[in-house]
Amino acid sequence: MNSRKVDNGVNVEALLGARDALAQAPEGARFNWRASCDWVNGTHSRSSVEGFYGLGGEQSHRTRFSFDSDHPEVFASEDNGPTPVEFVLVGLAGCLTAGVAAVAQNRQIQLRSVKASLEGSMDIQGILGIDSDVRNGFDDVKVVFEIDADATREEIEALVAQSQKRSAVFDIITNPTNVSVTVK
Amino acid sequence: MNADPLRVDTAAAGTVTTVVIGAGHAGLAMSRCLTELGIDHVVLERGEVGNAWRRERWDSMRLLTPNWQTRLPGFCYAGADPDGFMTAAEVAELIARYAVLSSAPVRTGTTVTGVRREGPGYRVATDQGSWRCRTVVLASGAHNLPAVPALAAHLPAEVRSLTAFEYRCPDQLDDGGVLVVGASATGLQLAEEIHRSGRPVTLAVGEHVRLPRVYRGRDIQWWMQAAGILDQRYDEVDDLERARGVPSPQLVGTPERRTLDLNALTECGVRLVGRVAGLRDRWLMFSGSLPNVCALADLKMNRLLDTIDEWIAAHGVPAGPVERFAPTAIAGKPPLGLDLGRGEIRTVLWATGFRPDYSWLHVPVLDRKGRLRHDGGVVDAPGLYALGLPFLRRRKSSFIHGAEDDARDLAGHLRRYLDERIERRRAHSA
Repeated sequence: MNSRKVDNGVNVEALLGARDALAQAPEGARFNWRASCDWVNGTHSRSSVEGFYGLGGEQSHRTRFSFDSDHPEVFASEDNGPTPVEFVLVGLAGCLTAGVAAVAQNRQIQLRSVKASLEGSMDIQGILGIDSDVRNGFDDVKVVFEIDADATREEIEALVAQSQKRSAVFDIITNPTNVSVTVK
Repeated sequence: MNADPLRVDTAAAGTVTTVVIGAGHAGLAMSRCLTELGIDHVVLERGEVGNAWRRERWDSMRLLTPNWQTRLPGFCYAGADPDGFMTAAEVAELIARYAVLSSAPVRTGTTVTGVRREGPGYRVATDQGSWRCRTVVLASGAHNLPAVPALAAHLPAEVRSLTAFEYRCPDQLDDGGVLVVGASATGLQLAEEIHRSGRPVTLAVGEHVRLPRVYRGRDIQWWMQAAGILDQRYDEVDDLERARGVPSPQLVGTPERRTLDLNALTECGVRLVGRVAGLRDRWLMFSGSLPNVCALADLKMNRLLDTIDEWIAAHGVPAGPVERFAPTAIAGKPPLGLDLGRGEIRTVLWATGFRPDYSWLHVPVLDRKGRLRHDGGVVDAPGLYALGLPFLRRRKSSFIHGAEDDARDLAGHLRRYLDERIERRRAHSA
């Protein structure tokens, strides 16, 4: 066992405290995450996030975050930002990596570096409407982690497996979700 | 007792110190311990002794634990086949013999219809009159009702839906494909036997527990018992709620002591898919998490084997060579959905677990998810106890051999509870 204090910058005590508190008051665990999006031009749009609901009340990020999305020049677009599907990969990467850090902290494993490489493969005959048998979205997503930590390979594999088990974005991608899109 | 079977509804059957509900292995273990402590009691049983083993198990079912491990207070297996695995009928027989051996005060054919607080104790209403008592032990089991996801009610009409509770043998099923949902011991055993009957099986796999039947020359249960893993206490584990929700390990009891895991099923032609994730009209959707649930199970199995290896090394126990088993293989890309209208799947068999039935328990001791609130079997109401639930007091609590230690602990607690009440009454009247 490592005698130095393990610090991955994750406040596990606070997270475990929240877990206990919310188990007693499950209504506080209901969150609503929000984003808004304005069309700019062509395939270029700008989304932002700021407020969300949780712990029984309105909450807010420290600042308003803004994200440009667009398509690259090979799609005859201006490439003012990542494509929306790349944002999905970014979401998955951020979620799994945060999970690795939190689980490592909880298991007293010091991380030195964590790098995730993601790849989502897609047949664009789907979105172009060429072949109705081809789905629009990813047909496969691969994530490869390279982790340097004070741990055995098995312990590192267990971190990665546990982080998938507890990941919101992993769940969103691997399981169906009801989506309603309406016009005001 | 009321001798007239027609005048049974409201009649008072009697007053007793303790009513034990259920004459399965757990209720009878408790009865034995109560007798040893001189506590007068009755054991109420809706059917015959060991009823669930007689009527609520599939035909080929055998215990997951070897015979040598089967023990109850004052009873050890002494038969000719210590390494064998009992059939459900043999378990029922054993429990019936145990009831006779312990002279347990069992009232069979007595269905409990309601348990309520009354005065300083409880009133237990049955279809054979009601009992007044100081203390009640709930030993009616953890497997009274099938736990089936809500979407099961919305399957297309031409697909037959049944639960592991109703399943008896493959001949009961229509010809054609079968989707078995659930990858615990039940799901794997049924998937294998149905597939071998000529009905192609697809198995939907969520989180599961993988174990080899035999490790380093001994049954895995032997190592888990010897290394103290089965004795781990409920107040020692990190996440008790999770420990209590762990599905039964992927094991089967066969004479050849073979391992039944997902790789063995893939080899015999069963198709693996992810956990059932949703149903849209006729389209049943499976989760894309299959690789991860398999990786989790492989990692957990290997951690357990590491623990066993360390214990063997530390104790110098003779054992075969260290083994590690092939990771769970997933063939190609598992389908993410199935069109139930296409006729390929004729039957969906839900092996998604069981839950206890507390519909007759009119004492406010259930949490918001309908689970009993208890501290190691001491239920959150004075004088109320529970036995035979997963990880009640120890990892082994839900096994037959796990009942003894729990019953002794709880009978002791019950004895102290009664004594303290007497003390309090004395102090009060003094």
